[in-house]
Amino acid sequence: MFIRLFSLILLILSVAVPVKAQSDPKSLIDALSKADFTEAEKLIGQIAATGDTRVVTALEAFAEGDLYFRKSDNLVFIAKAAGSNVELIDPLTGASAGAAPKNTVTKIRVNNNLRRVIRSAMGGLTLLSPDRTVRLQAADAVLRSPSPENLELVEAALAKETDGEVKARMEEARAVSVLSSNRSVDEKRAAIETIKNLGGRNALGILNSVSGSIDPSLKGDLDAAISSIESELQLWDMAQNVWYGLSLGSVLLLAAIGLAITFGVMGIINMAHGEMVMLGAYSTFVVQDAIRSNAPGLFDWSLAIALPVAFLVTGAVGFVIERGVIRFLYGRPLETLLATWGVSLILQQAIRSIFGPTNQEVGNPSWMSGSFALGGLTITWNRLWIVVFSLSIFVALLVVMKKSAYGLNMRAVTQNRRMASSMGIRTPWVDALTFALGSGIAGIAGVALSQIDNVSPNLGQSYIIDSFMVVVFGGVGNLWGTLVGALSLGVLNKFLEPSVGAVLGKILVLVLIILFIQKRPRGLFALKGRAVEA
Amino acid sequence: MITGFILRALEGKIVIAVAILLGVAILVPALNLLALPDSALHIPTYLMALMGKYLCYALLALALDLVWGYCGILSLGHGAFFALGGYAMGMYLMRQIGSRGVYGNPILPDFMVFLNWKELPWFWYGFDWFAFATVMVLFVPGLLAFVFGWFAFRSRVNGVYLSIITQAMTYALMLAFFRNDMGFGGNNGLTDFKDIIGFPVQADGTRAVLFAMSAIMLALCLVIASAIVRSKFGKVLVGVRDAESRVRFLGFRVENIKLFTFVVSAMMAGVAGALFVPQVGIINPGEFAPANSIEVVVWTAVGGRGTLIGPIIGAVLVNAGKSFFTGAFPEFWLYALGGLFIAVTLFLPRGIVGTIQHGFKARQALKAAAEAEKGRGDEETVARAVQAAE
Repeated sequence: MFIRLFSLILLILSVAVPVKAQSDPKSLIDALSKADFTEAEKLIGQIAATGDTRVVTALEAFAEGDLYFRKSDNLVFIAKAAGSNVELIDPLTGASAGAAPKNTVTKIRVNNNLRRVIRSAMGGLTLLSPDRTVRLQAADAVLRSPSPENLELVEAALAKETDGEVKARMEEARAVSVLSSNRSVDEKRAAIETIKNLGGRNALGILNSVSGSIDPSLKGDLDAAISSIESELQLWDMAQNVWYGLSLGSVLLLAAIGLAITFGVMGIINMAHGEMVMLGAYSTFVVQDAIRSNAPGLFDWSLAIALPVAFLVTGAVGFVIERGVIRFLYGRPLETLLATWGVSLILQQAIRSIFGPTNQEVGNPSWMSGSFALGGLTITWNRLWIVVFSLSIFVALLVVMKKSAYGLNMRAVTQNRRMASSMGIRTPWVDALTFALGSGIAGIAGVALSQIDNVSPNLGQSYIIDSFMVVVFGGVGNLWGTLVGALSLGVLNKFLEPSVGAVLGKILVLVLIILFIQKRPRGLFALKGRAVEA
Repeated sequence: MITGFILRALEGKIVIAVAILLGVAILVPALNLLALPDSALHIPTYLMALMGKYLCYALLALALDLVWGYCGILSLGHGAFFALGGYAMGMYLMRQIGSRGVYGNPILPDFMVFLNWKELPWFWYGFDWFAFATVMVLFVPGLLAFVFGWFAFRSRVNGVYLSIITQAMTYALMLAFFRNDMGFGGNNGLTDFKDIIGFPVQADGTRAVLFAMSAIMLALCLVIASAIVRSKFGKVLVGVRDAESRVRFLGFRVENIKLFTFVVSAMMAGVAGALFVPQVGIINPGEFAPANSIEVVVWTAVGGRGTLIGPIIGAVLVNAGKSFFTGAFPEFWLYALGGLFIAVTLFLPRGIVGTIQHGFKARQALKAAAEAEKGRGDEETVARAVQAAE
């Protein structure tokens, strides 16, 4: 009995000791001190296999090259330089082990291959972390750099996992690992299916990387999965182009919509339109400057405050221009062009004299920075807000034009000035207000454009030709035409860009517009009626 | 017939202008070359080059006046024709550098060597030959004007729309010439010229000849323009400007009339550019900038559109003012130019020459009316005089 008990203890010990030796992270890490690169790779696998999350710090330090061993006893520490000495830290507990002179420790060398092994090992390790976000990140890490060594860890983690989202991510991580392991064909086939459903460039990369070494019977499945992902990616690329196009289109719309009033509705060729946009952007700069120095807490509201300011400033400037110059030139459109060009030169130089010729910095409020992903698209918040903003201005303007009494007066005056005057409408007043409205809207556009463009005295110049193109292309006197014109030109531009380059794309668009105007001299949505042929 | 055509052109004012220009063409180079450097009459070379530049601008303004003043086409893209003519001449001058460039390549201009091009692009062939370059100076702007005008006038794009698409044209060309791939030197353009038909570009003698050529070409183009506007064709042209539909209803092919004028005008602008480049020593895509073309319009407007002589005076005055202000008060120039745009359109819609002419005619009409009052003049002359004044 005693002997049997003894032999049992022996047996347990004989089994337990090697197991103990293998799963003791401390001794494994210390073994690194004498290992060459190949042995180190094996050791890392074993360290990871302990499942002890404490080794993560040690492995991170190893990858960073911060792992040293003490020459006297071959014990491994994380070392931080502290003057001529180094501070030694226990790799597992993180407790300080005192300082030592530099020449008593030696760095454990690491190469890129080891770093990769470490990264994937850590991915596996943190899969078991109690923290949900850490597990999610770990699964992502495995997804990005899969290795067969992690497979069992992933499966173990998967069995314990209860959280739905993490579980799904781990499934994907498992599939990716299966593909590079030596599992059965059926399991791999299922894995390919999972990766295919995952989609994206990363999945495509994984599939492509195994396509050379995979079992021939799986080749068909793999190719099908690859082409499926590729066509999906193409679709997303297209969607991205459309989004960029809409985003550019909304910028064009913003720049052109004020012009659609002054040029489109009133027939004034306002070459100073770009400068109104520029004034709006500078108003934003001034408002932000005032907020920075007086009430920094309000910074997120700076754009909301700048909007009415810019509208009033540019509207007032527009009013003065109309009363001072343009009203003498009605019926002489070419002269208006020259006079407003002169106004634009003066405004530019005035801004240059006041603020200097350099770019001014306009900040983004927090709700306009950053981006989010929508499927395969990356959408930045500022672009999204500008799309929303320009569409809402468009709608607001449409409502003013069609539903308000003022809009009615305005349309009456533009259609038949003398008749409107006979009906008791003060036509000069309506003219001035309309021009002020168009200018004010240009100013609001400037607030938005200050977020994505350089605020300099030349800001307006870069928009003026584009704005005219949009209005002429869309059809003069038609707000809807401006909307369609802006968006379609934006999208066309962005679709041409990848194949011919940005500058050539822009040139092509200009040439196309010139040709289009030959075909339809009055734009996409021409006004019908005799008034047009005046 | 041709002599009659030319003789008709030489109406009083034009004769005086041509005589002045020819006088300048002889006098200024003579004062530069022959007068002693310290004498009061000596004209320094830089000043002569500056005046040569003004004469080129004057020719450009004259070209614009032909289409804008007499045909009612406000082209905001005349700078493009000017620049194309300049590029044609610049290409000839580049080829003349030969192996004296920085890289010493006998065939390829420096920028092509720099961009690692192996052979000359096809559109550079022939530009080592002066006669070919001269033909191209006329042909390239003329062709662009022809193609552009053919489409635009046929589909009856006019007024503001035409102005805007001409602006788009020059803008597109500017973007295109800024590209290195185009083979025209990209951003830097063409510069560092050495020789023109064997004579060094920098030499005083060459500069004097170039100056004289500018004045003579301006005089020649003035005669041509005057011949055009004073012929029967010119009368129709003015008709197109004032009442396009009526002229069309009378059976004239308005689009052909416009096209002819537009092409002639573009060629004149090309010549101006070609004379401009060797005197200034550089041509770059900045010349295509829409703002430049608009500036030409203001020279014409200041001098008086539809007077032929006015644009020449306007171009010289405005540019002299520009040289003065940008030197003396650089901040002030854009205010002055902007103010000039506004003032001319508001207070001087006929321009300087136009206003003087108008005042002169009005006085004649008044005189005639006064005579009629006394019972000596017949009513018909009065009516005619008054009409002329209007």
